[in-house]
Amino acid sequence: MKELSLNILDIAMNSVKAGAAHLGIELDETVSPLLTIIIRDDGCGMSEEFVRRLSDPFCTTRTTRKVGLGVPFYLLAAEQTGGGVTIESTPEPDPNHGTTVTAVFHKDHIDFTPLGDIISTITTLIHGYPDIALEFSHRFPTHEVVLSTEEIKAMLGDIPINTLEILNWIRDFLEEQYDHQS
Amino acid sequence: MKTLEELAQLREQMKAKMAIRSTEGKLRVVVGMATCGIAAGARPVLNTLTDEVSKEGLTDKVTVSQTGCIGICQFEPVIEVFDGESKVTYVKMTPDKAKRIVAEHLKGGKVVQEYTIGSSNV
Repeated sequence: MKELSLNILDIAMNSVKAGAAHLGIELDETVSPLLTIIIRDDGCGMSEEFVRRLSDPFCTTRTTRKVGLGVPFYLLAAEQTGGGVTIESTPEPDPNHGTTVTAVFHKDHIDFTPLGDIISTITTLIHGYPDIALEFSHRFPTHEVVLSTEEIKAMLGDIPINTLEILNWIRDFLEEQYDHQS
Repeated sequence: MKTLEELAQLREQMKAKMAIRSTEGKLRVVVGMATCGIAAGARPVLNTLTDEVSKEGLTDKVTVSQTGCIGICQFEPVIEVFDGESKVTYVKMTPDKAKRIVAEHLKGGKVVQEYTIGSSNV
């Protein structure tokens, strides 16, 4: 993956596939030189055994191939900076089912992959999966970028959130928040 | 600074437009967004498609959606155009190629043969 934001999109697709109703994407850069990315969902969760096998490329839920590279790519991206990934999951039928993937990156490491276009990752998720309640935040030492799809939907009434006009508004809304930090 | 209150205005503007959008008789464009597609560049292809469909005024005629792995990872980014029962599979997409598909196929009704999976160019 050329950008970490593409890894984030890819990992979030696992939450979509797990049937999540709520998806949280939290980026934190308040502690230098670290970037911490937390992706949490209330999807079906995974057994302990499945979580253990996740770093194995031959572990996958896809039916078109016997190889799944999403998690291994993400592990590699974090570990090559001296960071790492932890995955906590509670499977159904536990009422608190869901999965939290926490990744830590050292931004000052030469093998750190740039975050890239995180705004496109967010708009792509909203475009494809408008029914999921998405909470996005990106924390900096003196500033925070936030987006809640449920707040937006409350303002929109019966207008779908994934129409192009609204997605463009969301893009501008996030861009403005990022600009304000500088 | 943008505020959520702006959305209320936007909503009023869009109400009239939404009334005429229906899913009947539409072309359906699907973009593969599994690990293979994302790694190969599907995200900018998808964004180009949605932007161009809107710019060309095709939102009443075309829907753009996402899917998982289509099964031909070596040809990603892959997009499929469904027209009723028939399907055209475009492979090794780029944003520029996607623009041509919007202009010539989705708008003009003519399949861009050289980008299809059956073409000898791929």
